[in-house]
Amino acid sequence: MGTVINIAPITRIEGHAKIAIHLDDQGNVRDTFLHIQSLRGFEKFVEGRPAEEIPRIVTRICGICPWMHHLAANKAVDAAFGVTPPPAGHLLREICQLFAHITDKILHFFFLAAPDFILGPDADYSVRNVMGIVKAEPELAARVVKMRQLGQMMLERLAGKAIHPVAGVVGGFSRPMLEAERQELLRDAETLLDFSCYALDFAKDTVFTRYKDVISELGAITTGFLGTVDRDDGSLRLYDGRQRLMKADSSCIDFEGDRYADHIGEHVEPWSYGKMPYAKSWQEGFSLDPAAPAGIYRSNTLARINVCEKISTPKAQAELEEFRGVFGRPAQQTLLYHYTRLIELIYVCERAVELLQREDVTDTRIRAAAEPRAGRGVGIVEAPRGTLIHDYTTDSNGCITKANLIVGTTHNIGPMNMSVRRAATSLIKGGVYDAGLLNKVEMAVRAYDP
Amino acid sequence: MAVRTVLEWLNSCSGCEIAILNIGEALVPLLTRHLELVHAPILMDHKYLGQRGDGTEFNIPEAEVGLVSGGVATVEHLQVLLQMREKCRILIALGTCATHGGIPALMNGQDRKEGWEGVFQTRTTDPGCSVPDVEVPAPLDRVYACDEKVEIDLFLPGCPPNPALIAEVLMAVVEDRDPVLPHKSVCDTCPVIREGKGAVSVVRRFLVNAEFLAEDPIDRMRCLLEQGFMCMGPVTAAGCAGGGLPRCIAARVPCRGCFGPVRRDGNQMLDMMNALASNGSDFKSVVDRRSLLRFSGAHGGLRPLRRKSAAERG
Repeated sequence: MGTVINIAPITRIEGHAKIAIHLDDQGNVRDTFLHIQSLRGFEKFVEGRPAEEIPRIVTRICGICPWMHHLAANKAVDAAFGVTPPPAGHLLREICQLFAHITDKILHFFFLAAPDFILGPDADYSVRNVMGIVKAEPELAARVVKMRQLGQMMLERLAGKAIHPVAGVVGGFSRPMLEAERQELLRDAETLLDFSCYALDFAKDTVFTRYKDVISELGAITTGFLGTVDRDDGSLRLYDGRQRLMKADSSCIDFEGDRYADHIGEHVEPWSYGKMPYAKSWQEGFSLDPAAPAGIYRSNTLARINVCEKISTPKAQAELEEFRGVFGRPAQQTLLYHYTRLIELIYVCERAVELLQREDVTDTRIRAAAEPRAGRGVGIVEAPRGTLIHDYTTDSNGCITKANLIVGTTHNIGPMNMSVRRAATSLIKGGVYDAGLLNKVEMAVRAYDP
Repeated sequence: MAVRTVLEWLNSCSGCEIAILNIGEALVPLLTRHLELVHAPILMDHKYLGQRGDGTEFNIPEAEVGLVSGGVATVEHLQVLLQMREKCRILIALGTCATHGGIPALMNGQDRKEGWEGVFQTRTTDPGCSVPDVEVPAPLDRVYACDEKVEIDLFLPGCPPNPALIAEVLMAVVEDRDPVLPHKSVCDTCPVIREGKGAVSVVRRFLVNAEFLAEDPIDRMRCLLEQGFMCMGPVTAAGCAGGGLPRCIAARVPCRGCFGPVRRDGNQMLDMMNALASNGSDFKSVVDRRSLLRFSGAHGGLRPLRRKSAAERG
């Protein structure tokens, strides 16, 4: 009987998970499992609640990306009640989504992931963290903390509450943006755009070049990809668009969000509370075998960058071209999630500046009145961690009778299992390993920002 | 000397941890000078079973102060909480899930077996899926607040808690003094115009926006309860306010009670029904009254509805 190595808990991620690496008698990897430990029952306990309250309940699925659940739920309830928000209602929601993406990406790259690169994967665990970065690179750390805080405060100024927001409402938004606020937010968004360009340059210099070998090998797998693109020109979209499912051979199927259940199924393994979405419409079943995966696609930044034809903003588009020139399309290397995350950071800053320059963003027509009714609505946004799907059915009193949620991170649970298998198998031989090496296995998970 | 500190999260969403990061300028000195984090899964890599993953004893290091977010919903949450109580001199329940169950304790109002099965049998799950039970922590019979399982030294509710109050509590520990915390209601901290009782007979759902002039500050807007909306300010603990305004009210949206009851053992649903009745409002017009306990469903607050017998169903 071989031994089991437990990486418990997986750290510097948002959530509760552990890795079990099972070794055979020779000390080689026999099997690996990424166990998702969290089970809360949101799909069940929203039943019976008035639908207009749901956007301020489901935020608690994730405290890092509550805005995404808030907005996907609002869109789903809009559809169930058959109400169309006025243009400014949509604009204010999208601006909040962009601000939330900005702080999320800064948090993930600099607070959670960067310690592995800046301090090194083998640095002692007691210093390999954001406190260690503060000591090693105090100026960088101070700037990062300030920029992340700025993004959070922009959300508070516009929407009252940054964590677990309430300003998105069925039919639109709860308060208009004043002209003075617009000007201030625009200035701040420009500051963040400067920082985003700096962040990518910094990462190119200190991470992507220095860790070239690690990036090309660690946890590398071959899969399809899911993201959201513009209905007309196929460019990257986060708030609204058409879903695009790409196979590893780069062939694509596009579909409208309300048809999601035709394309996506969810597989359940007895050893993880996390359901594992897969591409049902490929009709190849489900397999996590890294050598012959079936139905497996990935979400989050690498996926979005792979599926889009282009990016509508100039600086991010230039970075996309450079990226594709080096890594091709689709790029498969798992650690490129970090690179694409920073390209997307530039896009969300540019897009925020673009929207804040529009005059109609201060329009006071921000909400259409809603009437409860029986219906069904699907709301989709791109969360930092992937395509987020909320699907609600209501009764004649507008209360929820059925809910189905496919959360961004979950698309990547299958792929993370495969990446862990790959990383562990290539790193652990003959029972020889150390703490730094186990951290590298975790780095293959951290890239997905689960 | 930096204060040895442990952070842990149980049945939680990480919003409390993001609130810690939102402390702002004081964050860097707090994390690097005043506190010494010795275990904090979201920020650092200390492991339960040793850094080589081959230990057999579950271990969280000893610390002066422990902050725990989330309620207690699985055997693993309980193990972590018990260990924290054993290892931390001062144990702080951080956030409304830890103090009152929070949103996930809405599950206490459901039939659990049917509920868990339903989660794994949806529109998109493969046919025949069942609830995972291998190497995953088994759920307890319901969601508990932390003080139902161990003694808690300090309660800091909020969903999320106010970053300024988190900083106050931590600095109070560092400076070995009592923290200064609010103990009023949200209404007591809300500057809107209140004209008096009796205007509202039926409580409205929030399907249209409140009435206010865009340019007007909040203190020129009429109280949302007086505008006819359900607003739980009267029965909710204060503490959310940033810049002097309750945060939801700043968004021109009514309060839903995310800091839990004003008195720690209060009942937000009963208190709100009383408030409405004394205001002449028909509390029966409130759709889904049970969800007034959406933040405080632990401590036996929410229970599954009794199934109607065949005779009752007719």
